[in-house]
Amino acid sequence: MSAPAKPRRLTLRILRSTPGAHVEPQWQDFAIEEAEGMTLFIALNEVRQNLDPSLQFDFVCRAGICGSCGMLIDGRPGLACRTLTKDLGSTITLAPLPVFELIGDLSVNTGKWMRGTAERLETWIHSQQAPALTAMEAPMEPELAEAIYELDRCIECGCCVAGCGTLRMREDFVGAVGLNKIARFRLDPRDARSDEDFYDLIGDDSGVFGCMSLLGCHDVCPKGLPLQTQIAFLRRKMAVVGFK
Amino acid sequence: MRIVYTDVLVVGGGLAGLRAAVGARRRGLEVIILSLVPPKRSHSAAAQGGMQASLGNTARGAGDNEDVHFEDTVRGSDWGCDQEVARLFAHTAPQAVRELAAWGVPWNRVKAGEREVVVDGRRVSLAERPEAHGLIAARDFGGTKKWRTCFVSDGTGHAMLYAVSDQAVAESIPVHERCEAIALIHDAGRCHGAIVRNLVTGELSAYIARATCIATGGFGRIYRVTSNAVINEGIGAAIALETGVAELGNMEAVQFHPTTIVPAGILVTEGCRGDGGLLRDAAGHRFMPDYEPEKKELASRDVVSRRMEEHIRAGHGVKGRFGEHLWLDITLLGKAHIDGRLREVKEICQHFLGIDPARDLIPVRPAQHYSMGGIRTDASGQSTRLAGLFACGEAACWDLHGFNRLGGNSVAETVVAGMIVGETMADFVESSAGDLQVSTALVREFLEWEQARIDTLLHGDGSENATALMARMQSIMTDKVGIFRRGDLLESAVEELQQLLVRSRSIGIATRRPGANPELVPASRVQKMLTLALCVAYGALQRTESRGAHYREDHPRRNDADWLKRTLARWPDAGDTLPTLAYEPLDVTRMELPPGWRGYGAKDAIEHPATEARAAEIAAIRAAFGHADRYILQQALMPFEQLVPEPFRGRNERLGDTP
Repeated sequence: MSAPAKPRRLTLRILRSTPGAHVEPQWQDFAIEEAEGMTLFIALNEVRQNLDPSLQFDFVCRAGICGSCGMLIDGRPGLACRTLTKDLGSTITLAPLPVFELIGDLSVNTGKWMRGTAERLETWIHSQQAPALTAMEAPMEPELAEAIYELDRCIECGCCVAGCGTLRMREDFVGAVGLNKIARFRLDPRDARSDEDFYDLIGDDSGVFGCMSLLGCHDVCPKGLPLQTQIAFLRRKMAVVGFK
Repeated sequence: MRIVYTDVLVVGGGLAGLRAAVGARRRGLEVIILSLVPPKRSHSAAAQGGMQASLGNTARGAGDNEDVHFEDTVRGSDWGCDQEVARLFAHTAPQAVRELAAWGVPWNRVKAGEREVVVDGRRVSLAERPEAHGLIAARDFGGTKKWRTCFVSDGTGHAMLYAVSDQAVAESIPVHERCEAIALIHDAGRCHGAIVRNLVTGELSAYIARATCIATGGFGRIYRVTSNAVINEGIGAAIALETGVAELGNMEAVQFHPTTIVPAGILVTEGCRGDGGLLRDAAGHRFMPDYEPEKKELASRDVVSRRMEEHIRAGHGVKGRFGEHLWLDITLLGKAHIDGRLREVKEICQHFLGIDPARDLIPVRPAQHYSMGGIRTDASGQSTRLAGLFACGEAACWDLHGFNRLGGNSVAETVVAGMIVGETMADFVESSAGDLQVSTALVREFLEWEQARIDTLLHGDGSENATALMARMQSIMTDKVGIFRRGDLLESAVEELQQLLVRSRSIGIATRRPGANPELVPASRVQKMLTLALCVAYGALQRTESRGAHYREDHPRRNDADWLKRTLARWPDAGDTLPTLAYEPLDVTRMELPPGWRGYGAKDAIEHPATEARAAEIAAIRAAFGHADRYILQQALMPFEQLVPEPFRGRNERLGDTP
């Protein structure tokens, strides 16, 4: 952790825009001094505090957990809060995630998109009976619980959506985030849905058959979710249903 | 004038608010949730280590039940909590965990047979019972007699939040995202809803509701060094305070978590120590056994944080660029354990510190973490003074935690209180007390008043800088109202906070545009946050004793004789610069567990005059009911069943129950 004798001057080149204001989006440069351990969370707050109080961006947990701060960092989707400036060049370009509705500057409406996905894919346990709360819980194999959590770790940051080639061509594509959720509920024995039910949700070109396997999603997922494997696996399972 | 009508308005889309909303919705009511952010981004997601519920499935949890959980919670609170609420909570927590299991939370499960674990620095072998195989597992946490903390790796809050949030979607509950409640509409002791600002368009609207529930979480951001998310500014509690009617309870009771990483202040879970991690000093020495021979690293958070700071003061801290710190050592747990059960910790260490916790020590120091105080409610979750206003989770002072919350009891509280408040709000709405009697003239008055406040910021001639006031407040709180408190420092904190509050009444901003104007956010919040800061600092100044997380160097003993009471803060006049404090005594003669030693920490409390008699009474009841089962005994000691909503009554089943 040895810091350079003289701190770097950083240029944050930020794509500014205000939807509805009839002004073309434009790049704006902000110069700040780098500090030790500086993240883009710290850097952007410094810009807002000292240089331009109108700059819009979203942070919540600032710890890489909540998924609020996805943006294009030097062109690549990533979480700004846990990106250290020392890992980047002295000019850093920041732009909002594509695909999502733009709120302004670096802020996009991932919440609306994700809620739509949850409603469309019904991302909850479908079960016939309400649990008797005082009764013993149903047992589950420890390895299965861990395998479900592996897929449950998605934080809906939208990086996979922004990195998706298919979504550039098909607005209605469910994206890796959606497919991963289906894989998660499919794995869960508490969900009574069958493969036929899942086929109804993702068995077409807006679902698993729309994926072109470019797998940008897999490369940019900040949580390292096994998206490549899951999408391939789902495609096989859904193809089986389709042949029936 | 835009008015939205609903049966129930829930302010806050974290675990507590979501669960309360689902409960009310399932009773057939119309519910709207307001949230600053998409609900799955709420700070509940950051709860890592787990949720306490006395299932007793694991070898080290066997024999656990509501009685043990209750006693741990009361001791943890340093006898500051409401014991009936603690009972209600301990009873409902197993149901909450099981409900979440049915909703899809992938709780870690017991694997039958031998396994190696680290306990007190040594590898030992534990044998899990074959009949427990596949049931919900638990890990060890501070201040507990049993391994009781149910967990999902170290992403427990995340998994819970996603499951409950998806239930809210399943129930078609609308969430109005990026909306902030900026004032409560009320008159004659009745809350009618809230004035709400849309953070994207800047538009104000009125939400009229028969029941309004504040579930906005804690107010950690009044401190400079905090583990809290940037949205945890306590605005929900502040607008309740601003009514001049509702009371806030025990605001001086602020928790500092022992292990946040230096300098970012990001939390690493108590599960690190629960799973066997150790605290070390500059010399590599494991120092906690020197101070706390009984519980060592796993004393309650207030005690561990204080001991760490004490050790640093004694000259054993590690000197670094960002001040002094200590080390958290989880290397002894091994890579496989860290990769499986402490993976968020591993990611945080990688990204923010550039280290591998399987090989390297983690630099840690205590930081503000949790607000035990909040909107004072009764056991049903309703404000004690403002009818129709409910609160749950960290925003409330339900009073489960008293002066120190146990790790794993907060996410548990969110869902348990949400379950209870969902029911009690529905009962309220269905009763005549829940009838709406609000005139649009009153609504207009509130709306115009709030619009005027914003217009003053946008177009007024104020010259004070909101972010500068905010930063100064945060520094005062961290420097003078922190882990170690002293009369003279608290006095100067109160004085300066009052000056800041006065200055905050003439804030000016540079960006004079309505709509999504990020500058308006701190400008409109800092005054509210300052009133909370004053409740904390002034309450701490007045409380001349030490209890739980509130530690006065000039009054180091817990003083039950004078201070076994809850602080209540009100803000009757908007022009005030100090809260009006009152005190609500805790009734020793009704306690199931009379005050005593916690089993860790200091032993020199000043006794309450009624304690001895109550202790004798309890002993006599226990002797008289010696052969009765524990439920009947408990009923004789301190009945609480009348507080349990009907759907949550009945005995929790456990492995090995005798029928």
